[in-house]
Amino acid sequence: MTTTEQPRTSPEICGLGHSPRRIEDDRFIQGAGHYVDDIVLPGMLHMAILRSPVPHARIVSIDTSEATALPGVVAVVTGELMAQHNLAWMPTMSGDTQAVLATDKVRFQGQEVAAVIADTVYTAWDALELIDVDYEELPVLVDPRKSLEPDAVLIRDDKEGQTDNQCYHWESGDKGTTDRAFAEADRVVTLDTHYPRSHPAPLETCGCVADIDPATGHANIYMTSQAPHAHRTVFALVAGLPEEKIRIISPDIGGGFGNKVPVYPGYVVATAASLLLGHPVKWVESRSENLISTGFARDYHMHGELALRGDGRILGLRVNLISDNGAFFSDAQPTKFKAGLFHIVTGSYDYTAAHVVADGAYTNKAPGGVAYRCSFRVTEASYLIERLMESAALELDIDPAELRRRNFIKSEQFPYASPTGFVYDSGEYERALDVALDQVGYDDLRREQRERRDRGDETLLGIGIASFTEVVGAGNSRDFDILGLKMFDSAELRVHPTGKAILKLGVKSQGQGHETTYPQIVAEELGIPASHIRVEEGDTDTTPYGLGTYASRSTPVAGAATAMVARKLREKGRKIAAHLLEASEEDLDWEPGRFFVKGAKERGVTIQDVAFAAYTNFPEGMEPGFEGVHYYDPPNMTYPFGSYVAVVEVDTGTGKWRVRRMVAVDDCGVRINPMIVEGQIHGGLAEGFAMSNMQFITFDDSGNCIGSNFMDYLIPTAYETPRFELGATVTPSPHHPIGAKGVGESATVGSPAAYVNAVIDALSHLGVRNIDMPVLPHRVWQAIQEAKH
Amino acid sequence: MEITMTVNGVAHKDDVEPRVLLADYLRTRLGLTGTHIGCDTTSCGVCTVLMDGTPVKSCTVFAVQADDTEITTVEGLKSADGLHPIQKAFKQEHGLQCGFCTPAMMLVGKALIEQNPDPDEDEVRWAISGNLCRCTGYVNIVKAIRAAAAESRGTADEGPALVDLTNEPSPTVSAPVG
Repeated sequence: MTTTEQPRTSPEICGLGHSPRRIEDDRFIQGAGHYVDDIVLPGMLHMAILRSPVPHARIVSIDTSEATALPGVVAVVTGELMAQHNLAWMPTMSGDTQAVLATDKVRFQGQEVAAVIADTVYTAWDALELIDVDYEELPVLVDPRKSLEPDAVLIRDDKEGQTDNQCYHWESGDKGTTDRAFAEADRVVTLDTHYPRSHPAPLETCGCVADIDPATGHANIYMTSQAPHAHRTVFALVAGLPEEKIRIISPDIGGGFGNKVPVYPGYVVATAASLLLGHPVKWVESRSENLISTGFARDYHMHGELALRGDGRILGLRVNLISDNGAFFSDAQPTKFKAGLFHIVTGSYDYTAAHVVADGAYTNKAPGGVAYRCSFRVTEASYLIERLMESAALELDIDPAELRRRNFIKSEQFPYASPTGFVYDSGEYERALDVALDQVGYDDLRREQRERRDRGDETLLGIGIASFTEVVGAGNSRDFDILGLKMFDSAELRVHPTGKAILKLGVKSQGQGHETTYPQIVAEELGIPASHIRVEEGDTDTTPYGLGTYASRSTPVAGAATAMVARKLREKGRKIAAHLLEASEEDLDWEPGRFFVKGAKERGVTIQDVAFAAYTNFPEGMEPGFEGVHYYDPPNMTYPFGSYVAVVEVDTGTGKWRVRRMVAVDDCGVRINPMIVEGQIHGGLAEGFAMSNMQFITFDDSGNCIGSNFMDYLIPTAYETPRFELGATVTPSPHHPIGAKGVGESATVGSPAAYVNAVIDALSHLGVRNIDMPVLPHRVWQAIQEAKH
Repeated sequence: MEITMTVNGVAHKDDVEPRVLLADYLRTRLGLTGTHIGCDTTSCGVCTVLMDGTPVKSCTVFAVQADDTEITTVEGLKSADGLHPIQKAFKQEHGLQCGFCTPAMMLVGKALIEQNPDPDEDEVRWAISGNLCRCTGYVNIVKAIRAAAAESRGTADEGPALVDLTNEPSPTVSAPVG
């Protein structure tokens, strides 16, 4: 079903489909947001971390005496001290271990070696320079393919039984079926590509204030956390603190994008320091620390092959990839699948054979593998299949839009079982593509492209398409857990006697606008005006358990929980309304905000009347009050999709390219607040552009991080960022209570391939078939020169 | 060193270490935490404040360099008349998401409008090119600054209006929805 959904509620109630301005903005526009670094507590001390300047070395000795003697320094913490408390190592979300403070070796440049706690942050930084560490350097591995060679130096010699640098091997799909499909193919198209290492780089870095009361042992930990409840449990498991005494408070967060999902050593050291010193301890990273040590993203070396019939129909897909996981396997992803949800790589297309083989390698680079605005490796997958489609279109000389049309999963095939085991919930792929092509004026652009080529213009036109399918909303409890915690989410709704309400959620906004959108769901279901509902998130003492906000999971999971708890209250409300109206429940009808007697619309009670009665005049035997809680375990993931068309102009003389148009048609199911949905897409399109154009982290052969600050790690400004044109179709999710799918990451997932395909499309007649991201001018120029010779 | 500084209209006399950054002085000494810090290299611009009306990145100015100047931070935008037009416009046009770059963006927008009451899109994009945003793709920040300019010129009816549209469906949806 594809529909335009007009709001069902009045502007006063403001349910789904309205675009009220955001509640949270009132504090942000006055500078009254409350971020971790804004927190000041009595007696608070400051922590700074000493990091390794070398990427691989044995620690011979650490001399902290001079630092300790500096006036204002309260303590210097080393791995040895942490080890005495059994805290020198911690578990990662991927079942590996990670050093908190190094004891034996350092394994990447920027690794945490020691920490200073002092009266001011300036003093703490001064003291770092007085710590003397003697390193015995070891050979360095920065290329995962070299790491996997048999004679490579062993990076993880701390792990019992680890004899090489392989951190996992994982397969999905069926090899036999896929081999047969390739044997039958008329054509096989291949692509080797590297999705470069990137970093989410939210403008607020990571940090915490750990405050453990020495008298009671109660721990208040203010943290830049996208998943406060999960982090509380991890703290209980790692530090052995009793969970009822740990309170994680995630205040306003200045962007997350996956960077604030893992637990970092700094949080653990600050907490231990507060425990040992009896003072609150604040730790806030510098930008450089953020970029060189906290969760990076991507870094996948991929080889893809498509088996095709002569008419362009896909028969099968084969993928071999090597992931560079850095020194510790800390992919922040909660699935049993070692490469996350990469097996969505079969894309929006209908075929029965696929086989994915993934091998993970340890290298002397920062650990991570976070889902940077992405649902666990979906970005890499989407990029590979959409780039392969471009290659196939060129090899078979079929228009790339037409090739996609010939292979799309048809709307009547949903729910659709993919060859790697997903069950897509709903989609109208061809429609989204048609809307995008129509909006961009595809035929005219193809004409212009031909004319420019015929004229021999130095500036060529390229049109790049990406018709992506995402999988988001982890998850169902069968497949998803974090250290055993199943990935449900929750909502608690308490309606006060006057009909106003508070909604408490287990997720945590980092800018997504939860305080505005979730009240709209309640408004839709219960008829209480959205502006009468306050949202509380991020405090583990006051909100119900949930697994947090990342991987576009808030709306699919917590949004569903919100709808369900509102429905629970509506059912209780029906009983109260029947009592007030002296009618039977079956005789009542509902319109948003009001029960009334069937056939006598004037005989009714409002939801506010019902709420008041729940405290003042409830039926005998009924439990008083008007509140409820719902824990939602999704039956399936949701599958947002869309078609993007990038139009670029490439200067063949310099290799410079610019985006002339970017048309993005998204289908994220039912849109709760279209204004906020569009804002999310704008942001994702800009980050996708960044990755395709300039934003990457690389290392020199000695393991030095190139991209350790915002002068080397380039983030596009308003001046470089293209203008965007949005479109939408609405195909509801059939299994989600309100039909929503999640949208925060669609554009980051879908757009990089569109930009790159556009550059390749511009140069295809010269024979150019691939340029890896970021598509820097010198790479474009070089590809043109190579094609010429 | 002794300094005298007027911040948001209030005079402060203080004794500070020469190495204290203006951003740290504002945040920790005066408690004005609306000014944020986002990088070490004067690149991100979230620490931007107005010094005698001109945007400066306060992480690259020592507090002592701000001696005898007038500083405006985000906390100084609101007046007795209520929110500044730039603040209203950022909310109205959905010019912010996480809110971390917002104070700086609004101050740069304010300074731009005072110099150029009717900036076109390119001029706005150039003016804010010293300030990064990771959430919005800049689309609605540009819109907000232009809307505030229109409001300040008294020609709001030519641009997006700044009336309270709290319950109106988004006027920006141009989607051909089938």
